[in-house]
This record gives sequence, structure tokens and C-alpha cells, in this order.
Amino acid sequence: MIPASFEYAVARDVADAIQLLGSSGGEGKVLAGGQSLIPLMKFRLAQPGLLVDINRVKGLSDIRENGELRIGALVREADLDMNAIVRERYPILVDTTRVIADPLVRNMATIGGNLAHADPANDHPATMLALRASVVARGPKGERVIPIDEFFVDTFTTVLAPDEILTEIRIPKRPAGGGGAYLKLERKVGDFAIAGVAAMVVMDEKGRIAAASIGVTNAGPTAIRARKAEDILRGQSPDDKTIAAAAAAAAGESKPWSDLRGPAEYKLDVIRVLTQRAIRKAVARATGGK
Amino acid sequence: MAVEIGGIGQSVKRKEDARFIRGKGKYVDDVKLPGMLYMDIARSPLAHARIRKIDTSKALAIPGVVAVITGKDLVPLNLHWMPTLMSDKQMVLPTDTVLYQAQEVAAVVATERYIAADGVDAIEVDYEPLPVVVDPIKALQPGATLVREDREQKDNHIWHWEVGDRAGTDRAFADADVVVKQDLYIPRIHVSSIETCGIVASFDKVEGKLTVWMTTQAPHAIRTVIALVAGHLGLAEHKIRVISPDIGGGFGGKVPVYPGYVLAIGASVLTGVPVKWIEDRAENIQADSFARDYHISAELASKKDGTMQALRVKTIADHGAFDAAANPSKYPAGLFHIITGSYPFEKSFVEVDGAYTNKPPGGIAYRCSFRVTEAAFTIERLVDVLALKLGRDPAELRMQNFIPPTAFPYTSSLGWEYDSGDYGRALRLAMDTIGYADLRKEQAEKRKRGELMGIGISSFTEIVGAGPSKNFDILGIKMFDSAEIRVHPTGKVMVRLGVKSQGQGHETTFGQIVAEELGIPVADIAVEEGDTDTAPYGLGTYASRSTPVAGGATAIAARKIREKAKLIAAHLLEANPDDIEWKDYKFQVKGVPSKSKTMQEVAFAAYTNHPQGMEAGLEAVDYYDPPNLTYPFGSYICVVDLDRGTGEVKIRRFVAVDDCGTIINPMIVEGQIHGGLTMGLAPALYEQINYDEQGNIQGGTFMDYLLPTAMETPNWETAKTTTPSPHHPIGAKGVGESATVGAPAAIANAVVDALAHLGVRHIDIPITPWKVQKILKENGVAE
Amino acid sequence: MAVATAPTTSRGQRTHKIHVTVNGVPHDVEVEARTLLVHFLRENLNMTGTHIGCDTTNCGACTVLLNGRAVKSCTVFAVQADQATVATVEGLEKDGKLHPIQEGFHQEHGLQCGFCTAGMMMTAVAFLATNPKPTELQIREAISGNLCRCTGYVNIVKSIDHAARVMRETAEGKA
Ligand SMILES: Cc1cc2nc3c(=O)[nH]c(=O)nc-3n(C[C@H](O)[C@H](O)[C@H](O)COP(=O)(O)OP(=O)(O)OC[C@H]3O[C@@H](n4cnc5c(N)ncnc54)[C@H](O)[C@@H]3O)c2cc1C
Ligand code: FES
Ligand code: FES
Repeated sequence: MIPASFEYAVARDVADAIQLLGSSGGEGKVLAGGQSLIPLMKFRLAQPGLLVDINRVKGLSDIRENGELRIGALVREADLDMNAIVRERYPILVDTTRVIADPLVRNMATIGGNLAHADPANDHPATMLALRASVVARGPKGERVIPIDEFFVDTFTTVLAPDEILTEIRIPKRPAGGGGAYLKLERKVGDFAIAGVAAMVVMDEKGRIAAASIGVTNAGPTAIRARKAEDILRGQSPDDKTIAAAAAAAAGESKPWSDLRGPAEYKLDVIRVLTQRAIRKAVARATGGK
Repeated sequence: MAVEIGGIGQSVKRKEDARFIRGKGKYVDDVKLPGMLYMDIARSPLAHARIRKIDTSKALAIPGVVAVITGKDLVPLNLHWMPTLMSDKQMVLPTDTVLYQAQEVAAVVATERYIAADGVDAIEVDYEPLPVVVDPIKALQPGATLVREDREQKDNHIWHWEVGDRAGTDRAFADADVVVKQDLYIPRIHVSSIETCGIVASFDKVEGKLTVWMTTQAPHAIRTVIALVAGHLGLAEHKIRVISPDIGGGFGGKVPVYPGYVLAIGASVLTGVPVKWIEDRAENIQADSFARDYHISAELASKKDGTMQALRVKTIADHGAFDAAANPSKYPAGLFHIITGSYPFEKSFVEVDGAYTNKPPGGIAYRCSFRVTEAAFTIERLVDVLALKLGRDPAELRMQNFIPPTAFPYTSSLGWEYDSGDYGRALRLAMDTIGYADLRKEQAEKRKRGELMGIGISSFTEIVGAGPSKNFDILGIKMFDSAEIRVHPTGKVMVRLGVKSQGQGHETTFGQIVAEELGIPVADIAVEEGDTDTAPYGLGTYASRSTPVAGGATAIAARKIREKAKLIAAHLLEANPDDIEWKDYKFQVKGVPSKSKTMQEVAFAAYTNHPQGMEAGLEAVDYYDPPNLTYPFGSYICVVDLDRGTGEVKIRRFVAVDDCGTIINPMIVEGQIHGGLTMGLAPALYEQINYDEQGNIQGGTFMDYLLPTAMETPNWETAKTTTPSPHHPIGAKGVGESATVGAPAAIANAVVDALAHLGVRHIDIPITPWKVQKILKENGVAE
Repeated sequence: MAVATAPTTSRGQRTHKIHVTVNGVPHDVEVEARTLLVHFLRENLNMTGTHIGCDTTNCGACTVLLNGRAVKSCTVFAVQADQATVATVEGLEKDGKLHPIQEGFHQEHGLQCGFCTAGMMMTAVAFLATNPKPTELQIREAISGNLCRCTGYVNIVKSIDHAARVMRETAEGKA
């Protein structure tokens, strides 16, 4: 499996990348970790005319927390996993990154690429939905901040223009009483999800769920938010009945399809089960447990 | 002493490791010759279609593309069809119709690998789609789409094969107290050795000699096949050299001849330049020989007390578009009639019908002797179905029925003569090792709490070491194997074999056999295989035949040398040969240990001071025709826990007790068992190749064809019993495949056992989480 | 080794001159942009110890270290390795002395056909650099991107554990 021929250019900085993409007549593609793009190119399912390699662009690989958590688009999954801030305060991100592909792929794969690729089977989208993240994009007209809810358009399509670069992901600071978890079921380690569920909750002092957000992987053309499930949880105490109702609602909002990862009907059950387990885990984390 | 020699029974570290751990192995893709061209293959996107037109002009216009070969080009050479190993024939390239998706349609030869790929991309083919038949049961119905228009017979039936006493078996069933019946589908799978297949063909126009480096488990047979297929082009067998270099796993997938090999050879003969073809993984899974794909209906009759009496099995074998299996000629369904397993059925009858479908050809093994896994899986599942029907413990029911150790050699009702066995001992050891009784208690308690755990047993009997020449041949060539041993003057040894290692460690184990027989340290023994110019003729390595057959040849050739060496020793010791004995790896005058000669001393004398009238030198060849097959066996016990929410199966423990007779190298045997178990786990829970109604493959890459990783694979626990084969020169039986044969039933039985209280009797493999979850849901026990 | 990050590659072209240091040896080679790192190593540099086992980034037979990190070299373009260091199986043995991971695989029978072995060892080398005292489960996780069809992994896990032990002892000896 050999990619078709293409032109290649290393971007010096973001502006350079934007310029290169702009002058490619729509033929250009950003190369980040390459772990989605190169496999597609090897099967000649993608045949970009120009690859703009952003791997040497400085300033896109930082993880900082000031007011909010800011993750550079080029941060590799392996670095996300090892980051002290993330490990300490955002275990849902650790949950997510650790179930993406395998350790070798994670050494290359970037979080920005994971979102920009807009594969509903990718794991970060659901987690970012649950985290109420936003992404920062820069293009010829400047920078814009896109709420994650507005980012995914369709499978493999985002609101990014062909000459826009995703530069950063911003995640609201974990609130007091907040906790989250991502659970994924896969056919084997390294595989994409049969289904995955990300749950974030904020607990109030009375032990009730003040806020909840839930994202689901592989449940539609893009990762989805299970808003009805969120509504059911809001203001309730996390008892079995409430959680079960929310989980049922999450499945109800999901539209998985039958494929080699199982029949749609099965996936609905998996989404329901994972939602229950993810909420429980999120609540446990929010209330100080593991 | 023994440790130094590194003889039989020692865990000698492997010699071959030295090059592999340094990245210095030489696999086919590592062969690079001056001026070498690269070949790549265009394949059909459709499962059944007429080719209206192949336009190669764009491909030929690419700088660097040297040639494009289509079926029409092969017709004048009469190379567009080739024989399979099963008296069928197979297209090399189609001239008008493609019969399965991923079938070879054209080959591009170019100066570089990348350019060849561009050439393939630029070939344009106009197809007229034809109706497709993918289900062999439908294929055998009247009026089904005809797959093979080239045959005189105008239906999709390939052959009918039966064995056993049909009438007697029917009577036994009619009279039986208890009958259980189970339909099983054993799906199509693929060996997927991590190295794919490939070839470098180099034709020397001046010498008229063809040299090929090829991923083959059977280099000699391949040489003969090339001579038969391409003899009319002037390729004679003495001008063909097949080299099977380091092989990155075989498991049966590197026995057949694939069209790509033939095309590369053809391209080299035509251009006079070396040509390399290395298939990629998608081609490997999608077009190379598959395994299994058996639709089985099995019935077992017993007495009320559980005594098994009769077995009746009907099977439809899907062979795809060509019967390209690699079974011994007489056995189109391989050794499937080992299906009576470890039990003394008085009556049994087995029938198999082969069918053509619009799927890739094959029917080869998957790390198992010919169709033995299909047999072992069926009988071991069926025994559990009977246990459930009778409300009996599956271990106890097996113990009750095993062929007793005193009954060996035992002739089965389907005609096999089992050499030796002690099945009860193996099962008892497995039960003790895993703590069977405690596990049953735990299971009962867990059931009360609604938790699902299961315990599965498989007490399989294998049949390997094909085989005795009276019954076994491939393309008429008898299934002997060979060894040639030369002891050099300084006491160093060269051993050459007709078999070919693909990771089994032959350089070490065969050295150990010779070390044991000749008393020469294994470090001083070089073992060479895989070069037809130097190695003696043999049928190759598959079906666990190396140790049983070539191992026999090696031991006997070494013994021939020892016989001659004894005469030389007598001469040196100035004693009567009758007074010389072989003791402590030395020749000594009986009763006088001080008067002795080592093999090294004798070897030197064989070239410098041999007795008058005797031929100089110290070497021997043996072509070993085994008197019988060997019958390794074992008992496996698997414990699983099920997730009531997701249906996932988690293997908690797996104990494998194997008995492969005399063990040459315990370390290597254990490694073979670990690997075999993992290739038993794979089809039980993960691997399967399916086709949709249009014949599109489902799962044609490693994204969807799910080889287990280290995370899915449990920490295998192994133990052994040793029941030597009475007819084998060193008592060895072969082990490379037992675990693949035995493991799937243990796993499937464990999962069914976890659900048995819900009335579950069977789940077809692979047991995916959604199959389990569906059962849980239907029974109202899902989370 | 310090790695300059400034690209020397020309822009927007199909072929590029790259400077790559493989096992300590610098190479300046002109490659097509689409040349995969694994083919660069095998075909341009004739270093055939790194293997190819799939097309879908699943098997890990092609694993090498790129600037010290284990990556699947079938899913990296050679041009991406411009100015970088690459370590392959051929560089493990130093001055005639095997690397502990090589010893581990030999001693514990961690290989059969040897086809996955280079990738397994390179993955393990990078892994042990970050986790010198791993548990069995951590080793299994670490090699979950490398497929082996022969060994059933049990002995590979033992091999890596063996190497970890030897490396810890050597480190303690030096300390
Ligand atoms: C075997 C295997 C298994 C995998 N399993 C999983 C899994 O289980 N879960 C999962 O989530 N993912 C999985 N992946 C995908 C992996 O995580 C990818 O790396 C990820 O989807 C894309 O990240 P990347 O950095 O490699 O992007 P690339 O492959 O470089 O790019 C992907 C796409 O995004 C665009 N892009 C990348 N970065 C930017 C940017 N900053 N701005 C604008 N556009 C950009 C590219 O142009 C391209 O179209 C798997 C991949 C492999 C090979
Ligand atoms: S060849 Fe690179 S992962 Fe398989
Ligand atoms: S040793 Fe053969 S694939 Fe691992």
C-alpha cells in the first residue's frame, strides 16, 4: 500500500501553514500526527496534492492551565497522558487518551488531529463535548474560538475552512465538585470504539447533580451530546433509578449503525450500560473517590 | 555431560535467535538483486464479473513501468491456468471472468515498488457484474449461479466424500436411548502470519536457470510444481532452485502456490531480470488461502448412562472459486475423520460435500493438521451438549468415555490407528492444576448472586505427521521426509533437511536429535533447510509433520552414521565390533570404560584412518516413511467471566496439559503451545472473515481482522504428560498445532457453561460480545 | 543527541533532500515526499531489520525510535524524519555487546519466526526508558500495538521483564 505522489512543505509557523494551504488551490492538507491521514493515503482514499507539515511549528505543543485548560493542537496523546496537570485534575482526559489506538500510535497522534479528523469513531470528540470545550482556529482572516457543539458538521467534516488551522483546545477549568469519566468498549485493544461514553458531572453540596454533560462516540455521523440524559440528571441525586433513566435516554438519543463492531441494537445497549457506568464513575470522582 | 551435549530433553537456547535479535534475519523481502524489478497486482473489486476490457495504456505510459501482464498475455504461454494441489485448477489471470473479489486481474512490472503501485492504480478495467453466490448451501441448490463455467459439470458441487458405516450408524442412532444434535458453523479465517507472502524470481537466460526466493513451507514440492506447470517453457527441475529463506510464520498459508508467484516467475523468465513481488496485508487476507468455512451438522448417540455409542456428521465445505486446499490427495476433507476424538464410538459415519462459491479459493490449515481443528471442535462441543442433556458434569462424562490407556494401539471406527494415549491422566492433571472442584463451587455461588462464570473443557486427540506413503501423497509425491547428515573430519556436523522452519526452531531441535544420537555438542551441529539445490527432497513443514517425519529421518540417518562409526571405533580400539557399546555418548569396549573413542575421534579416523575395505567418510541420508501417523492429545480447561452489561468474555485462567510424546526441547515446545493457544483463542473470540451478499469481504485488513494482542491473550498455564509414540524412532509426536486444535472448544465450552443454566447449548464462534449480550437479554439477565 | 528543528527540506516539492541520523550514522539522501520511513530504511539504507506486516498501522513490525520515541515507521514519511535521529534494531548491539533486550528475548524464548521481534524490542527499549520497573500488565499494555502470531506473548512479556531486571541491576551497579 503506497500513497500517491504529492508535494510536501514544512510550515515554519501557523501563518506560513495558512499561506501554504491557501495557495494550494484546495489541494492542501495539514499533516499533524499523520495517524489518520497517512493510512488513508496509503489506501489512496486520500490523495492530497500538497501536505503541509505542521509538526515543526512551535507553540502548538503546550499544555497550560490559567483560568482554563489550554491544550496545543499538536500535543501527542502520549504527552497528554503523561502531563501532570491532566493527570491531577482531568482524569477524563487520561481515560480518553489511554484507550485511543495503541501506545505507538499515541506517540505520534495529536489531539488536534483527533478532533479535526471528525471521525465519529474517534474518542476525543465525545470527551470534548462532555467537557464543554472550545477549539481555537486560525485562518487568513484571523483567529476564532469555536464552541465544540458547533465544531463537527458531519463525518470527516468540521467547520474549519480548508486554510484554517486548529491551534488549541480550551477546556473550562474543572469546577469544585466536578468529575468526569470516559468509558469505551472495543473489540480488542487498539481498536476504535464499539461505543464510548464521556460523562461530566458537577455535584452540589447536597450531593445532587448540579450539572451534567454527556458525549457519545460512534452514535451518529459525528460524536453526539446526549442532552436528554443531561436534563434527566440535572438537579437529581445520582441514585440507580435516575442513572438508569439517564442512560436509557442517552441510548435513545444515539443512532448507531450495524457494522463489524456489532448490530445497532447491541450498540444501543452498550451505550446505555456505558452511560450508567460512566456517570457512576464521574460521580465517584466528583465526590472524591476514584 | 548431557547438558554439554544439548541432547534430547534439554531446553537448549535457540541458535537461530542470533540473527533475528540483531535484525539480520533474511526474509524474502530482504533479498535485493542488481537490476531487480518490482511487481504489483491489480485485483477485482467485484466478486463475479465478466471483463469487457482492460485498458493498460495509462499504466504503460508511467515512466518506470516496464510491462503490464494480463490473462490474454498468458494464453500463448499456456500459463493462464495452473493446477491446484487438489486436482482442481486455478486461474493465474482471468481471460474473461473474475470469480471472487480481490482476484488477480493484471500485473504491473516496474523499476520501483512505488511505480508498480502507481501502475496498478492506473489500470482501467470495464466489468460487467454477474450474479454472485456466497453461501455454499445455496450454491448447492439447483438453479444456483454457476461459479465455474469452465468445468464440464454444470453445478457448484466439487466432490462428495464419506467414510464409516452409514447403515450401521443409522441403526445405532435408531436404537439409542439418547441422541443429541448440534449444527455448527466454523467460520472462514486466515492464518495471517506477520510476514505476508512474496517471491524474488531470478531467471538467468544464459544458464537457463531459475532461482526463486519464496515464502514457502515446502520448497521441494514447489520446485516440482514449477517444473510441471512451466516445463513447456523450458524450465526443467534441475534448472530450478527454490530457496525458502527465513520465513516469518507459515501456519499453512505458505503451502499453496499463489498466482503472484507464477506471475513473478513468468515476468522474470520473459524479461531476464530478477522480479520481486511482495503482497501487502490486504491482499494476503483477501486473496490468499483461507481456512475452515465448514458448515457442520453433528449428532451423537449414547446410552442413558452416558456411554457414547455412535457419531454421525454431515458437512458442507466451502472452497471458494477453486479447490485450492493442500490436503493429501486421498483426503479432500483432510483428516476430518479424526472427529471421533478421544472416545471409542462403535459406529460412526462422516460425509462431506465440497462447494464452489464466489469467494477466494483455499481450504488450507490454520496452524493445524488438515481439518483437525474442525473435527476436534465439533466432537468436544458435542460432548458438552450431551453432558447438558444428561445433566452430567462434562469432566466426569469424558472420564467415563475415554478410550482407556490399555486399548492402544486403538483402531477407531473411522479407520485410524491411534498409537498411544492416556487421556484420563491428562484431564486429571488439568483438573488438579486449575482446581476444578473449587471452581465448580465458586460457580454455583456466583450463579446465586447472578454473576456469570463458566468452566470449559476440551480433551482433544490430534492426528499429525502425514504420512505413511501407502495413504499419503500430495500431487502423487509420497509424504516421506528426509535428512542428510555429514560428519566432517574435525567432528563438526552438517545436517540438511527436506522440511522448512517458519519459526519452530529447527536449527536447534534437529541439532539436538543429532547431538543425542551422535554425542556431538549441539553447538557443533549446523542445520540447513530450504535450499533445493542442497537439501534432500522432502515435502516440507506443515500439519506438525516436521518432528514426526523429518525428526524420524534425522534420528535414523544419525543411527546409520553411528553404525558405521562403531565399526571405525572397533578398528581404532582394535576390538571386535560386537564388543563395542555406545555409552555416555562414547564408543567403549564393553566393561572397559578406559578404552573408548569419542565420535569426534571416530570422525577424524573416517577420513584419515578408516578400516581397509570400508568407504571413507561419515555421512548418511534417510528418507523416512513413517509407519503410522502420531496422535498427540491433551486436556485444556478454561475459566471465563462474562460481563452482564456488554457481553464481553474475559478469560480468567487457561490451563493446557499437552502430551506430545518425547519432548526434544521443552522450552521450544512450551513456546509452540503458547503460540498455538493464542491461535486457538483468536477464532474462538475474535477472528472471522465474512462476505456480504455481493461477495464483498468484511474484515479484509488488520483493522477488522482481529488478531489478539498481548492484552486479550491470557497468561497461558501449561503442564504436560508424556506418552511416547511407540512407532516413532525417538517417541516424539509433534506439537506445533495441538493447542490451536484444542483451545477453541475449551473456550466455547466455557462460555456456554456460563450460560448453560439459561438453557444455552451452543454459540457459534467467534463468540462476540453481541452474541453473548443477545442471549443475556433474551433471558432477562442483562444489566 | 541534539536535534535541529529548522527544516532543510525544500518546499512544495515531490522530492526532498533529508538529513537523518540512523543509529548514530548521518545520512543525506534525496527521497520522494511519499517515501515511508520504513521503506527509506529498508530500500534506501538497506537496513532490512525493520519489517512490514500490515497496511493499516496495526502490527508494529515496523517500529523504530524517532527522536527516542517508538513509532510505526510505516505511518511516518521519511521527510518527517529530516534532522531527526532514528534508532533501529541494527543499532541495539554496541561494541559487540548485546543490548539487555536482545539478551532477554534470547534467554526467555521471546521469539519464534523473528518477524515481529525487531518491532517488539524497539517498543520495549523505549518503554523501559520511561518505566524501568514495570508490572506484567504494564508490559502487556506497552506492547499492545505490536502483533505477534507465533509466541502467544507470554515469553515476550518475560523477555521484557528480564531486560528490565538486567538494566536495573546495571544501573544500580553504576550508581
Ligand atoms: C491503528 C489505529 C488505531 C486508531 N484507533 C483510534 C481510536 O481508538 N480512537 C481514536 O480516537 N483514534 C484512533 N486512531 C486515530 C488516531 O488517534 C489519529 O491519530 C487521529 O485521529 C488523528 O490525529 P493525527 O494527529 O494523527 O492527525 P493526522 O492524521 O495528521 O490528520 C488527520 C486529519 O486532520 C487534519 N488535521 C490534523 N491536525 C490539524 C490541525 N491542527 N488543523 C487542521 N487540520 C488538522 C488533517 O489534515 C487530516 O485531515 C487510530 C489510528 C490508528 C492508525
Ligand atoms: S507495518 Fe507498520 S504497523 Fe504494520
Ligand atoms: S515471532 Fe513470529 S510473529 Fe512474533
